Amino acid sequence: MKKLVFAALILLLTACGNAGEPSAATAAKAPEGKLYIYNWGDYIDPELITRFTDETGIKVTYDEFDTNESMYAKLKPGNSNYDLIIPSDYMLEKMQSEGMLLPIDMDNVPNAEYIDRRVEDKYFGTGVTNYSDYAVPYMWGTLGILYNTTMVDETVDSWDILWDEKYADEIYMYDSQRDSLTPALVKLGYSINTTNLDELNAAKDLLIAQKPLVQAYLGDQVKDKMIGGEAALALVFSGDAVFCAAENPDLAFAVPKEGSNVWLDAMAIPVGSLNKENAEKFINFMCDPEVAAQNSEYIGFTTTNAEALKYIPDELKNTTGYIPPDDVFETCEFYRDLKDFLKEYDRAWTELLAR
Amino acid sequence: MRILKRCYILLMLLFLYAPIFVLMVFSFNSSRSRGRWGGFTTDWYAALWSDREIKQALITTLLIAVISAVVACIAGTAAALGINSFGKVQKRAVLAVNNLPVLNPDIVTGVSLMILFQFFFRIIGGGSMGFVTLLLAHITFNIPYVILSVLPKLRQLDKNMYEAALDLGATAPRAFFKVILPEISGGIISGFILAFTLSIDDFVISFFTTGQGVSNLSIMIYGMARRGINPKINALSTIIFIVVMVLLYLVNKINKEKDAK
Amino acid sequence: MKIKLSYSSANRAAAYPYLLYMLVFTIVPVLLVIYYSLTNDEGAFTTANFSRVFEGVYLSVMWRSVKLAAGSTLMCFLIGYPLAYVIASLDTKSKTWLNRDTILFLIIVPMWMNFLLRTYAWLTILEKNGIINSFLDMLHITKLNLLYNNGAVVLGMVYNFVPFMILPVYTVLNKMDNSLIEAAQDLGAGKLHVFFKVIFPMSIPGVISGVNMVFMPAVTTFVVSDLLGGKQFILVGNLIEQQFLTVYDWHFGSAISVILMIVILFTIGIVGAADKDSDGGQLI
Repeated sequence: MKKLVFAALILLLTACGNAGEPSAATAAKAPEGKLYIYNWGDYIDPELITRFTDETGIKVTYDEFDTNESMYAKLKPGNSNYDLIIPSDYMLEKMQSEGMLLPIDMDNVPNAEYIDRRVEDKYFGTGVTNYSDYAVPYMWGTLGILYNTTMVDETVDSWDILWDEKYADEIYMYDSQRDSLTPALVKLGYSINTTNLDELNAAKDLLIAQKPLVQAYLGDQVKDKMIGGEAALALVFSGDAVFCAAENPDLAFAVPKEGSNVWLDAMAIPVGSLNKENAEKFINFMCDPEVAAQNSEYIGFTTTNAEALKYIPDELKNTTGYIPPDDVFETCEFYRDLKDFLKEYDRAWTELLAR
Repeated sequence: MRILKRCYILLMLLFLYAPIFVLMVFSFNSSRSRGRWGGFTTDWYAALWSDREIKQALITTLLIAVISAVVACIAGTAAALGINSFGKVQKRAVLAVNNLPVLNPDIVTGVSLMILFQFFFRIIGGGSMGFVTLLLAHITFNIPYVILSVLPKLRQLDKNMYEAALDLGATAPRAFFKVILPEISGGIISGFILAFTLSIDDFVISFFTTGQGVSNLSIMIYGMARRGINPKINALSTIIFIVVMVLLYLVNKINKEKDAK
Repeated sequence: MKIKLSYSSANRAAAYPYLLYMLVFTIVPVLLVIYYSLTNDEGAFTTANFSRVFEGVYLSVMWRSVKLAAGSTLMCFLIGYPLAYVIASLDTKSKTWLNRDTILFLIIVPMWMNFLLRTYAWLTILEKNGIINSFLDMLHITKLNLLYNNGAVVLGMVYNFVPFMILPVYTVLNKMDNSLIEAAQDLGAGKLHVFFKVIFPMSIPGVISGVNMVFMPAVTTFVVSDLLGGKQFILVGNLIEQQFLTVYDWHFGSAISVILMIVILFTIGIVGAADKDSDGGQLI
């Protein structure tokens, strides 16, 4: 008998849950359409999504990924119906070459004229297939070291500090294969796009040697941890560093002089999208200079929108890391799609974590 | 000796409850950082309340739990009836397969179902993982538990009763509902509760079998926890803890009163 | 006779839909995993995925998983058994908080909270600026690194799984025939002697199911190691998750899954054989 009463209680509870659903659905404005977005974690001002829905009536479903690779693994089986993704350059190149992207109808994205193509041109200048019909630039930046000035006295200008035993257990690396391999490859003087197995293995060995010094390999929580003063040094993207420094003034950012990675994330429509026009509306919305400026201010990443820069307060513009100086930009290298050799990177990364 | 016992119990309870109380206390902390107390606030509860994503996840969790438990009860009871009249060898073979999702590590079950769904979509050339696949996955791991709780009851059942009812002219469905069902209802109900609980608590299998825009509470919490310390989770934990505590306490109390009578 | 036969065949038919369901949702998925584990991207047969599993580095992950899970199971036994014993010795009628039902109730409540929330709770405690370290800091003691190491992972496992040890042991101790214990005491055996010669051996079935119920989830978890281990000490569960959700190598991921499946089913077979009386229902 006791179990019956229990079951009744549970049913009562769930009946309330069910009753809540239709009312929630009717309360919302009748949706004009849907839009499924798949973006990096913490990579948009949520208020803008609400505003987009208010303006267009399009209901947005928003999911997040933590690395380009996990986004790819989710889309590759070929049956998710996301309408908009915002991956990085090399991943877009890969997806485009594998036929995973739909061309964007630029007539529907008039605001794209505000986009500064300087970064994109540099990328395509490296000889990769031009995918500009498939993607509209979103944010750009570099990869560098975020450090806590109360714990690090010296000048941070080299990757070597990530191997300094003084900072044992005070280092966070990024839980993303290419980004964590970059410091090792650069330190060894190799290209971050190397397809030489010996070079890759040397970098892997260097990271294995570094592992005892690393407190953890983290994803997005690295920001929260660094703001909370949980470690001295962390490998982060420039925009995340700007965000963290705004929250905790003890934090500073540097791009090592040996060089690093420069990246350009862009909005694209994957094959399988059922709401392509809504996705184009959203891309156009995000390219509106005021919207782009608000977004950039909120997340801390650098907008690719030339017109939007005018709305960005000087204080933010002058924060280290927000706009990479030209000399830094020159020393940095883009990632390239590694084609079949990517398997070796996967393997190196898996082996590092398995240690 | 008595004191030692008391101390040990208290120590273990402290171990079990300390983290929960920490979450509860910090759900009222106005500062985001952990070690410091920044003053009392109920803002996180307000933020939780207006969070559409969390509400949606709660609804998904409960819907999946109720539907999968009901379907598993019906399918599992029917299956148990059939299995019970199987020959010994057949029964053994069927139960061995039935136990596979129970014994298999969750991660293997999750991965294998994900492969199955993707394979199916590839064959039909469309479709995507989401609510339906999540539900199917939950039904799949729930049915075996219902069978395992109904079968023992069926075994205890007096076979002659059912046949007697039929001999007395009852139709087969009537005989089932009047004679068998009351006898095995205890097993079905515990199967239901078990299925419901397992479904609510599942993370691993759900994680692999859901699709865009569909998350249950577990998946959402995992995402939030991987993002770092979030006071909203503390508020959510506090509410869940209190609901669980009150529910279990009521059930316990009702039981005791029933027993007393 | 004829009529009877038709009853039972009608009954049997009730299971047929489920047999079909099982074929599709239990057997086919396992076959697909095996298929993937034995093929490469081109769909050609290969054993390379399995030979890769046996490369040193992956074996060491498996070995670490087994070691940490075994350590957690041992810890659960060491702290869980005494508690089960103490609870079983409590008065049921007592009106104070030290009542058997109350204590059991208090042990069960946390189990009903979401597994992830319970694990997450430890982050706040173990962090460098978390509760323990803030406390140490107040006492001017050097802060400790408590998070992102093996210890944190074991702690998370013990915390989550210790009720699975306490409850089965308690159930067995509770059902124990007191007359045997009294008989031993009447014969002049000391308390310790009675415990080790009578009570403990009789509680072994409870310990076995406890070990099973702690070890199995511990060895395959990827959540505890992910949240409390910070990818520093990944387990076999993380390895599988990574292959499917990041690296996109279903073939290697399937090979690890197949091996994990074999190891677990094999272990259960052994434990099951040692625990002959168990009926299917006892797994729960």
